Amino acid sequence: MTEQERIHCEEVVASLLEYLDGELDDARRVRIEDHLAECRGCFSRAEFERALRSRLQALATAPPPDSLKRRLKAILDEF
Amino acid sequence: MEHGSLRSAHQRGQSGRDPPACAIDNRTFFTLRVEELADRLYGVALRFTRNRAAAEDLVSETVVKAWAHLPQLEDRTCFEKWIFRILANTFFSQCRHEREETLAAEEDEDGFSLFDRLHQPFLLWWGNPEQELIHKLLCEDLDRALGALPDCYRAVVVSVDLLGHSYAEVAEMLGVPVGTVRSRLNRARSQLQRALWHQAQAAGLVSGSRDEGDAHD
Repeated sequence: MTEQERIHCEEVVASLLEYLDGELDDARRVRIEDHLAECRGCFSRAEFERALRSRLQALATAPPPDSLKRRLKAILDEF
Repeated sequence: MEHGSLRSAHQRGQSGRDPPACAIDNRTFFTLRVEELADRLYGVALRFTRNRAAAEDLVSETVVKAWAHLPQLEDRTCFEKWIFRILANTFFSQCRHEREETLAAEEDEDGFSLFDRLHQPFLLWWGNPEQELIHKLLCEDLDRALGALPDCYRAVVVSVDLLGHSYAEVAEMLGVPVGTVRSRLNRARSQLQRALWHQAQAAGLVSGSRDEGDAHD
């Protein structure tokens, strides 16, 4: 990789969340991945953001109360 | 969800008339998938609405809409993403009146990073304060921080981080430009991490020694 193709930590920090969201084009994604493979600080930052997101994703599940189960059953009975 | 509670509904065929074979297949498929996804449908609805009764209403309305539009679902393997999109769309359509709150909230957040507060590069080989905090946070902490966000911010965090929607999908559902989704998401994550920082300080999980420079404190 040439010096021109390299990106600096500031650019990685600015684009990191979009990178983790899968919103970057292939060229930028690869440049960030190359940087993360070499830069311990940015790698740690990415790991932290991934771990925090993983904890948040656990909030997407909650046992439905009995009242909702009964309601869904009644709805499905109507179909 | 309790097994059998929904499945029995279609098995008994209580509609009073015999549907054609293809309708039975659709109904079986639909009932089983709703049953499988009930925990997530309710969980996501609860994060969107912050209210149990409203979450039940949202899930119920979503299921009714999904059934009505099931013939339009060409690929059944996409059912999960499809029904959660209906759920998000239903929630967004309910809260469009809150745009004034959105505009007010968009003006007051800078970039706050928990990592910047916690990371100590010289301790790299002896400890990892930021990962330690992640492990110490309770679901209750995360729920409180997420619930404290304005609706417009919480909606994009739930859509992107919990549901995995793209910025373009969220923009389409909200009827706003992709750039607006991006900026709301950045501000939302900043507020979320600030809230977690304050909660961690209050609980004694962090020292708070790197507070300087936080203009909002």
